[in-house]
Amino acid sequence: MAANAFDRIRSIVLSVFLTVALTVPALAGAFEDGVAKFANDDFPDTEEAIGLVANSGNPLAFPIISALQDDRLSADPDTKKVYITRQDGKIIDAATGAPVDKLPDNAASVRLNNRLRRSVEAALGSLTLLSPDPAKRIAAARSVFKSHEESALPVVEGALAKETNKAAKDAFAEARAAILLNTSGISDADKLDAIATVKARGDQEALALLTDLSDQSPLVTKAAASAISSIQSRLAVWSAVQNAWYGLSLGSVLLLAAIGLAITFGVMGVINMAHGEMVMLGAYTTFVVQDVIRTNLPGLFDYSLFIAVPLAFLVAGAIGVLIERTIIRFLYGRPLETLLATWGISLVLQQAVRTAFGPTNREVGNPSWMSGAFELGQITITYNRLWILCFTLAVFAILLAMLRYTALGLEMRAVTQNRRMAASMGIATSRVDALTFGLGSGIAGIAGVALSQIDNVSPNLGQSYIIDSFMVVVFGGVGNLWGTLVGAFTLGIANKFLEPVAGAVLGKIAILVLIILFIQKRPRGLFALKGRAVEA
Amino acid sequence: MMPHILTRSLDRGATLFVIVVAAFGILIPLSNLLLPSGSAFQVPTYLMALFGKYACYAVLALSIDLIWGYCGILSLGHGAFFALGGYAMGMYLMRQIGSRGVYGNPILPDFMVFLNYPKLPWYWHGFDMFWFAALMVIVVPGLLAFCFGWLAFRSRVTGVYLSIITQAMTYALLLAFFRNDFGFGGNNGLTDFKDILGFNVQADGTRAALFALSCLAIIVAFLICRAVVTSKLGKVLIAVRDTESRTRFLGYRPERYKLFVWVLSAVMAGIGGALYVPQVGIINPGEFSPANSIESVIWVAVGGRGTLVGAVLGAVLVNFGKTVFTGALPELWLFALGALFILVTLLLPGGIMGLIGRPARRPKNVTPAAEPAE
Repeated sequence: MAANAFDRIRSIVLSVFLTVALTVPALAGAFEDGVAKFANDDFPDTEEAIGLVANSGNPLAFPIISALQDDRLSADPDTKKVYITRQDGKIIDAATGAPVDKLPDNAASVRLNNRLRRSVEAALGSLTLLSPDPAKRIAAARSVFKSHEESALPVVEGALAKETNKAAKDAFAEARAAILLNTSGISDADKLDAIATVKARGDQEALALLTDLSDQSPLVTKAAASAISSIQSRLAVWSAVQNAWYGLSLGSVLLLAAIGLAITFGVMGVINMAHGEMVMLGAYTTFVVQDVIRTNLPGLFDYSLFIAVPLAFLVAGAIGVLIERTIIRFLYGRPLETLLATWGISLVLQQAVRTAFGPTNREVGNPSWMSGAFELGQITITYNRLWILCFTLAVFAILLAMLRYTALGLEMRAVTQNRRMAASMGIATSRVDALTFGLGSGIAGIAGVALSQIDNVSPNLGQSYIIDSFMVVVFGGVGNLWGTLVGAFTLGIANKFLEPVAGAVLGKIAILVLIILFIQKRPRGLFALKGRAVEA
Repeated sequence: MMPHILTRSLDRGATLFVIVVAAFGILIPLSNLLLPSGSAFQVPTYLMALFGKYACYAVLALSIDLIWGYCGILSLGHGAFFALGGYAMGMYLMRQIGSRGVYGNPILPDFMVFLNYPKLPWYWHGFDMFWFAALMVIVVPGLLAFCFGWLAFRSRVTGVYLSIITQAMTYALLLAFFRNDFGFGGNNGLTDFKDILGFNVQADGTRAALFALSCLAIIVAFLICRAVVTSKLGKVLIAVRDTESRTRFLGYRPERYKLFVWVLSAVMAGIGGALYVPQVGIINPGEFSPANSIESVIWVAVGGRGTLVGAVLGAVLVNFGKTVFTGALPELWLFALGALFILVTLLLPGGIMGLIGRPARRPKNVTPAAEPAE
């Protein structure tokens, strides 16, 4: 308690001291002198006046300078009084701030030329440097960093000395360094310090500042060059991180779309061309859920996805089981025929959805917790992509656990490894098949819920994912979920790293060609099943 | 030698088929050109163009049946070879427009003027000559098929894996041809043709000739396929289809046989595409879409896989159905096509020919071959 009180007293004393220290020059009448000089309406006097007023620390300085910029500052040449016409039309005395009824008849606005306008802008920039809001101070310091106007140096140094906010202090130090680097007659030691400060900032602007430096001593030039290369390598790392993040995000989408396919293909050897349509059904389930919520219970909108996920699983899963029972089970052992039949199913489902919901895109909204973005270092991460990545990993983990620890999972693995032996051990393989197909389809439905958040919900939604999902499964190898995981993230990241080099479409083509070549080397994918299961 | 191959490949059904196609190829153009328009027996030009389109599809179907029906290779990207042949022909037709284009440039096709090409890209040179374009119709699909097949078959990529990577191949080409800077007209493709070999492509006479040529192409492709499948080589192909590993253990090199029919089939598809373009008047990247390739597989399945006549029949019937449906009940076409896929694979594995043709076609004293494994 005592310590707390002491702190308070100390901070009060400190602030009083600082205020006094800063306002002492103002008390000497510099502000009043400056204001009076405006009345001369003479360009050199006006310039001097701007400097005096801006550095006075007087609370009226900002209104005066901004009025000058907007042509709202008038002066009476006879009485040497200066008036501000405020934006709301009221008039005040510039020197005292006292309200005035109306402008004197012979008052004329203070004129500016281009040179003065630049001084006015610089002065305004330095005035916001002293704003009580730290965010404004930082923004002002950033703009000084960019303009590195020499005249701002005293204000920046003054602000730096009394700044307590860590971020603002850094910004001021960087601004000061930028000015120092662009000022002649500064010692090399100071310039080297300044370069170190700018280097620590390490973004595009710092790079631009250092690249634009000229007429420096050899020592400084050398230090700047090394700082530039260090910043460039750091920026390269950040851009790699950015690409990696985009790649992870794309990989999570691919994984989500492919994981169900991996199950049906891996366990049953069934190529399900209607898989993409299961994803689409999941997305439309989300649309229906949101539609119902919008009209009946708008308050629940943020929870719509939590309702949609299990529903989409059930809808897609049920349709999957239905398809398996009525069509696919008659085609076991004939994979190419299965492929054609499921393609037919996909056409029917697409057209059915088109008939029911119309051919155009349906709007699926993002709940509040999925919109927006945040900054991490120098990259921007959107919440919806982040949540989809988490969701994908969660689905993957649950699926893995299910295959590992549940009875159905055990049976599924047994059927994958040796169907006949599993049947001999009393496993009802046809029931396992139906449930597996249902599970794979259900997961596709869940994927649809997630994809509805980042993609257009239209009857063609599934088509755009089906080839990519096949590539993932073929690349990763069947019968192994880890292969699918590695395949999805490898393809996602490779795609995003190729994109800046080759462009989006060429990058994709390159990936397809690489997969076609890769299949030559590893015809059964990265993580192939070994042993007798292969030729079965 | 030649007569021997002919007698071997032309059994009674095949002869009948050739005669029927030849009759169509002669009678339809004649009726279009000679009979007065309005006569009940006169085939209108639009219908002849439509039949010409079906005929080109039939050539594509034959090429698919050759590899799928007799060698067990299910290609989901055969439309790519068809489209490549079409593009080669389209490039010739574009060069023939000359200064009659919208921009009147004597060398550059309209889309290149529009996209500010300074000069003709190197791969467009030579396409002003018909013989060169005709050669490319064969060489380009053949070469792509050779490279692709050599890689794929050598590493024993089979079954659904092969199907999927053929699909990836046509998908990659689709994306590439959609690009404007690829030099093939981007998503508009090549169109607005004027002349072929100096004849106006819109004229009835040219259309009749093209239709007759398409029927001739069916006959030639059919005879080549028959010659292949009835030869000793064809027996090996069927063996590869039924059990590839056993054939390999017997000392054959399946990849060589597969590569041969694969390239042959791609070239046939390319020729089909080349005949298709002047009759339809446009070629665009949509032809590369995987959906098109899968649809052509279903023609073969409907007609009867492994029966060459069935492939032609399936292509014509399904496309006729498509024309009727998309005109009368457009929403129902995809339902019908989807149902066709499902029903044919489930209930009619032999296709239409399996229903009507099989008993007559199978020699009596030979034990029936095992059902295809895939």
